[in-house]
Amino acid sequence: METKMVNIKINNVSLQVPENLTILEAAKYANIDIPTLCYMKGLCEIGACRICLAEVKGGRALVAACVFPIFDGMEVQTNTPVIRESRKHTLELLVSDHKRECLSCVRSGSCQLQTLCHDYGVDENTFQGMTHHYEIDDKSPALVRDNTKCVLCRRCIAACSDVQSVSVIDAVYRGFKTNISCAFGHTLEEAPCVYCGQCTVVCPTGALTEKDDTKKVLDAIADPDKKVFVFAAPSIRVTLGEAFDMPLGSIVTGKLAAALKRMGFDGVYDMALTADLTIMEEAHEFLDRVKTGGKLPIITSCSPGWVKFCEHYYPELISNLSTCKSPQQMFGAMLKTYFAEKNNLDPKDVFVVSVIPCTAKKFELGCDNQSAAGVPDVDVAITTRELARMIKADGINFVNLPDEEFDNPFGTVSGAGVIFGATGGVLEASLRTASHWLDENFEVVNFNEVRGPDGVRRATYKIAGMDVKVAVASGLANARELLDAVKNGTEEFHMIEIMACPGGCINGGGQPNQSDTIRNNVDLVAVRTKAIYKADEGLPLRKSFENPEIKVLYEEFLGVPGSEKAHHILHTTNAKRNVF
Amino acid sequence: MCKAAAIPFTGTKEQEQELYEAIARHKEQKGALMPVIQEAQRIYGYMPEEVQRMVSEGMGVSLSEVYGVVTFYSQFSLTPKGKYKIVICMGTACYVIGAGQIMERFEKELGIKDGECTEDMKFSLDGARCVGACGLAPVISVNEDVYGKIIADKVPEILKNYKDN
Repeated sequence: METKMVNIKINNVSLQVPENLTILEAAKYANIDIPTLCYMKGLCEIGACRICLAEVKGGRALVAACVFPIFDGMEVQTNTPVIRESRKHTLELLVSDHKRECLSCVRSGSCQLQTLCHDYGVDENTFQGMTHHYEIDDKSPALVRDNTKCVLCRRCIAACSDVQSVSVIDAVYRGFKTNISCAFGHTLEEAPCVYCGQCTVVCPTGALTEKDDTKKVLDAIADPDKKVFVFAAPSIRVTLGEAFDMPLGSIVTGKLAAALKRMGFDGVYDMALTADLTIMEEAHEFLDRVKTGGKLPIITSCSPGWVKFCEHYYPELISNLSTCKSPQQMFGAMLKTYFAEKNNLDPKDVFVVSVIPCTAKKFELGCDNQSAAGVPDVDVAITTRELARMIKADGINFVNLPDEEFDNPFGTVSGAGVIFGATGGVLEASLRTASHWLDENFEVVNFNEVRGPDGVRRATYKIAGMDVKVAVASGLANARELLDAVKNGTEEFHMIEIMACPGGCINGGGQPNQSDTIRNNVDLVAVRTKAIYKADEGLPLRKSFENPEIKVLYEEFLGVPGSEKAHHILHTTNAKRNVF
Repeated sequence: MCKAAAIPFTGTKEQEQELYEAIARHKEQKGALMPVIQEAQRIYGYMPEEVQRMVSEGMGVSLSEVYGVVTFYSQFSLTPKGKYKIVICMGTACYVIGAGQIMERFEKELGIKDGECTEDMKFSLDGARCVGACGLAPVISVNEDVYGKIIADKVPEILKNYKDN
């Protein structure tokens, strides 16, 4: 069906645009970005903040461009003195009750309120009046909530409720007392929060952030008695460049290794290696369950936000979870057992840092049965954002760094390990190995049906005469669709991959904060996904079992996939958690 | 809310049964959270955490959403009401003539804050918007009894009327 076009004028420029647009969307056709604060495309479109005001000819009052629909013959102004004055007043009122510690705030430079105040010349506290005092909620290992920096845009609520169906925070009370809170003022740690961190990605200010663990890393590096090893997750290589204003989708694997080497670590590794190791264990576990009539579908367990969600909200499916630790935990476990043994190191002196796109990983490292050597497998997990801050503070000129290699051993990775960073990647990586084990002549490498932007995807592959039914979901509201179908027995699968964050780790809760202009105009998930598959295809090895380092790990140490030793070091347990 | 925490929840099986029946009546209805919370408030007289949890589980709505609705509307209360409900008009006419001091005096005498209830469940204290008796300003009511043109020093005397009951 052809879209009906309408004629409108924006700032005296005549345009023909499709009907059913809002003023904000139509303005893009005139190359005008109307400033926003609460609006986020596809997430939060409620017209609450009054920053995107526009003047419609013949209208009574200013309207919110993000929700006001256009009509044929409409004449709109977006930059009159009245509008500018109104925006400025709104900002002054917001700033009058905002904890202004902009000099050291972690969001300084990526704060939408700061950007708007800069653009509209608001820096002093024009209005003196009552201010709020809220206690900072920093009890959880993953997230920090500081309501004194909140602008009540409600984007976090939309992310928590609509995208993740977790809904642990909501707007409570009203009028001046309105604030974003868990029920009864509980902390996020007391609430059934899954620590996915999607709220920190959409927060326009510093009200919701990751728990900053950078000091722990610096202290460990400075400690002469500690051997400090670091490894970076697959998705970091396609997102870290964003924090240094490099073009979206830049693959910075070599610069990432180079930067880590300049920060004083004793070893710098690629976590894609233990993604390969996860595949060996998980594919083995899957085939074992198929052969022995074990619990199916097997559901992936490498997204700690998803695992915590399962423990709170779908305890009946815990036995479906793969018992494999996540690649982060496997890497730490191998460093503190195999590597420590080989290099005569006491596991207590080995300090393991992971760089991950995820806030929930900060929680995962403290969970039960995540300490193969009797000490925690991983000591500190820092997000992409924290690493970027550390690189900047160290004065490392990231953009101009040469491409360097990760250290050996553990230096060789397969493309299968790399695509862990995108939704569908873990399942595809598993299929690449499992299909080979079932049928050596099976030739498919790219399982395109499980890739893509849809929240839920299903596919059936005929491997060695067996119809292998698989499904993928990312974003926890999408996951519910699949999980309910499995729970009610309306759909049957052999294998399911679930990622807590929509799009997978490339859109994780610890990834760089992007400006509203980029978030509202660019499909970030698509750009980052494309980059990660490009990184996969550029590698000589595409399947985990082909990785020679993996072969060495099994020959020298683990035995075979699924061995007792592998179980002791690389597998874990899960248990039900309460919903409050 | 400090006082509310000190007052233990004393809901009965019958009340629970009535609430679950109300939930069953409304569950399939769109936007039914409000009527269910209204029923819950009617059954229990207030909306403590225990009741909000029952509503949350029964309706399949998160606890934070239930709490958000309960705290938004002034018709819902997080604290129980006392045997004697003291309501102080804080409307414009009463306010300018000293309702603030009267509220302060009640708070001092009873050891509770606006919106709270004494631990013995005898008195609860609430500020109200204009009750429409501006000629009697400042005006308060205790259950059905109305007191007009009062001063703060009369507060102990008023309370005495109810202390011995």
